[in-house]
Amino acid sequence: MADLVIEGEVLIEAPVEVVWRTITEPDQMSQWFADRVELIVEPGAHGYMGFGDQGGPVVVETVDPPTRFSFRWNHPREEEPVTGNSMLVEFTLTPEGNERTRLRVTESGHELLAWPDAEKQRYADEHRGGWAEYLDRLGGVVAKHLSG
Amino acid sequence: MTAQADDELWSAIGDPSRRRVLDLLVSHGAVSASWLAGHVPFSRQAVSKHLAVLEQAGLVSRRKQGREVLYQVEADRLDQAARAMGDLAAQWDRRLATIKRLAEAAHAEAKKKGEDP
Repeated sequence: MADLVIEGEVLIEAPVEVVWRTITEPDQMSQWFADRVELIVEPGAHGYMGFGDQGGPVVVETVDPPTRFSFRWNHPREEEPVTGNSMLVEFTLTPEGNERTRLRVTESGHELLAWPDAEKQRYADEHRGGWAEYLDRLGGVVAKHLSG
Repeated sequence: MTAQADDELWSAIGDPSRRRVLDLLVSHGAVSASWLAGHVPFSRQAVSKHLAVLEQAGLVSRRKQGREVLYQVEADRLDQAARAMGDLAAQWDRRLATIKRLAEAAHAEAKKKGEDP
């Protein structure tokens, strides 16, 4: 079964080692990711990410400094994360010269929806629009005559 | 919506062939399985399978018109999927922007120290 993948990329005016520290050091991670980050960056290490009063376990998968870092999350608390019960977040860092780094992130997995209930309710309540975005994201054709 | 329904939704649109079928339904409205089979590079049998998965996930519904069965997208459900994906992507865009800001500030700081110890 194919996974759904969210991708993002950014070009950073900093050397790859600096970007690596930004994405892997817990005190840095707590500035761009979760409010509370308890993590040892070693393959197989179990940690925790807190978002306000919510949060969940994280398991580090790949640590290959300074170019690859990945972890799994959003798996059920009592289970080990594997393909099929978790989301995999993968960072790839590519140096472009000495002072510039391309950072790419993908989030993929089977259970892509880990929204809070309030969000689900909002989606359930709002039923308009969204076509353009859908087509954008899924690489489809423009559906002008269906919008009416 | 239940967790199981979420799973069905994401696995339904996670497959490129099914997205092709969805795209055709979005752009052409209600069409038959045979018509779809004529517009995709896979078999009529595969089309039926994909339609069944899409129907199970609530993304597609069918209705009878004369002797034909026509398939159409369920706008609400598709919209829901699109928004969820858009939100996730936007979340990562924000995170990447923050990483960029942090890394560039750290680098600028280190350079300043290096030049003026």
